Amino acid sequence: MCLAIPGKVVAIETDANGVKMAKANFGGVVKKVCLEYTPDVEVGDYVLVHVGFALSRVDEEEAQRTFQLLEELNQLDELIEADPALPQENPP
Amino acid sequence: MKFMDEYRDEKLAHKLIAEIKRTVTRPWVLMEVCGGQTHSIVKYGIDRLLPKEVELVHGPGCPVCVTALETIDKAHAIAQRPNVIFCSFGDMLRVPGSEADLLVLKSRGADIRIVYSPIDCLKIARENPHKQVVFFAIGFETTAPANAMAVWQAKKQGISNFSILVSHVLVPPAISAILQSPDNRVQGFLGPGHVCTVVGYREYEPLATQFRVPIVITGFEPLDLLEGTLMAVRQLEEGRAEVENQYPRVVQRDGNRVAQQIVESVFEVCDRNWRGVGSIPQSGYALRPDFAAYDAERLFDVGAIATQESGVCISGLVLRGAKKPHHCSAFGKACTPEHPLGATMVSAEGACAAYYAYGRHLQPQDFAAKGQPS
Ligand code: SF4
Repeated sequence: MCLAIPGKVVAIETDANGVKMAKANFGGVVKKVCLEYTPDVEVGDYVLVHVGFALSRVDEEEAQRTFQLLEELNQLDELIEADPALPQENPP
Repeated sequence: MKFMDEYRDEKLAHKLIAEIKRTVTRPWVLMEVCGGQTHSIVKYGIDRLLPKEVELVHGPGCPVCVTALETIDKAHAIAQRPNVIFCSFGDMLRVPGSEADLLVLKSRGADIRIVYSPIDCLKIARENPHKQVVFFAIGFETTAPANAMAVWQAKKQGISNFSILVSHVLVPPAISAILQSPDNRVQGFLGPGHVCTVVGYREYEPLATQFRVPIVITGFEPLDLLEGTLMAVRQLEEGRAEVENQYPRVVQRDGNRVAQQIVESVFEVCDRNWRGVGSIPQSGYALRPDFAAYDAERLFDVGAIATQESGVCISGLVLRGAKKPHHCSAFGKACTPEHPLGATMVSAEGACAAYYAYGRHLQPQDFAAKGQPS
């Protein structure tokens, strides 16, 4: 019910009733979404869409930061695996 | 799909699981609040990948599930009126009322339509000026901006044959009710990422302080859920109780101010009866008096409705995280998604339905292996 998915804004327009709308691409499926709640979004941005409304712009820099943190975890893990003096993981 | 597939990377998931294992030293009980998160956790088996010390229990965050039976019956009474076009999100169609569900009513001739967005109802109203178009407005804070905008636009565009049957619920009062219940086991929360996209997470800060529980606002993909779990476990191990944001790519502390303004101008906070849980003070939205002309409950007098819930169902305990679906004697036997007896089986996001969909009624030994009572 609270499903919201990221789509890429491919066009912005104003409909006959003056409502700010966009066409957004969800992995190949293009749908109309309402941009009234994210008025600063531009073509090329990713937006998080729930029941036809863009609720937030998806921040690529923040997404990158998450992956950097995960990569660092990665290295930490390899360090520990390489050092037999440290306690080993229990097998899952 | 970008911002989805990369958050399902198996190798990174295992790194996170290893880090959780390294961090945890004793048992902790975490609750994910949102039904979408429950669905994801059960689908990817995330709860089974975690070390045995970390138990995930499932929260009340499925708005379809917690919509009161009385409200469902009201919806059905309205949908059967001859001059009504009744519109709903698809996931309400199979929810049984006391007598039938919307699909059955449709097969009996009621004009019931599935809409993707509440705003679609305005078009239907314009095209059918001699009919009353009623939308079943359920949902959490995530859905409130869309439902509020439909009413706001109806007023602005002078559409008078549109109304909504409101059954909105709010997350923080539910968290507070769970933490105050005498059988509470929950020590930390994975907070509802999409709810917070709209309202932000300031409201969660007093909860974390007052009840000394970590709340980590968390996304919906496997890596989000694992990282949220790691952040919550770190807080618990270090004795911290803060609100942290695992989901900064979409959630900001203040949320979406534009959306909040429209929601606040259309809705006001009210007490709400949650199916399986009971009434929680100040836990829902109702239309403000300015928008009373769009209130289906006022427009359609459906009279008093008496409802009866199943005696065996323990969904109230499931919704509070006190029990799991497989602890219920009816789970997968008398109660299935085709014949749900209670709240948490009626929608795919309910904990009982998610356990059933991913075959957990078939493998109770897996739960025994994790040391949980079955
Ligand atoms: S399995 Fe059915 S009867 Fe049992 S708690 Fe879940 S919804 Fe209720």
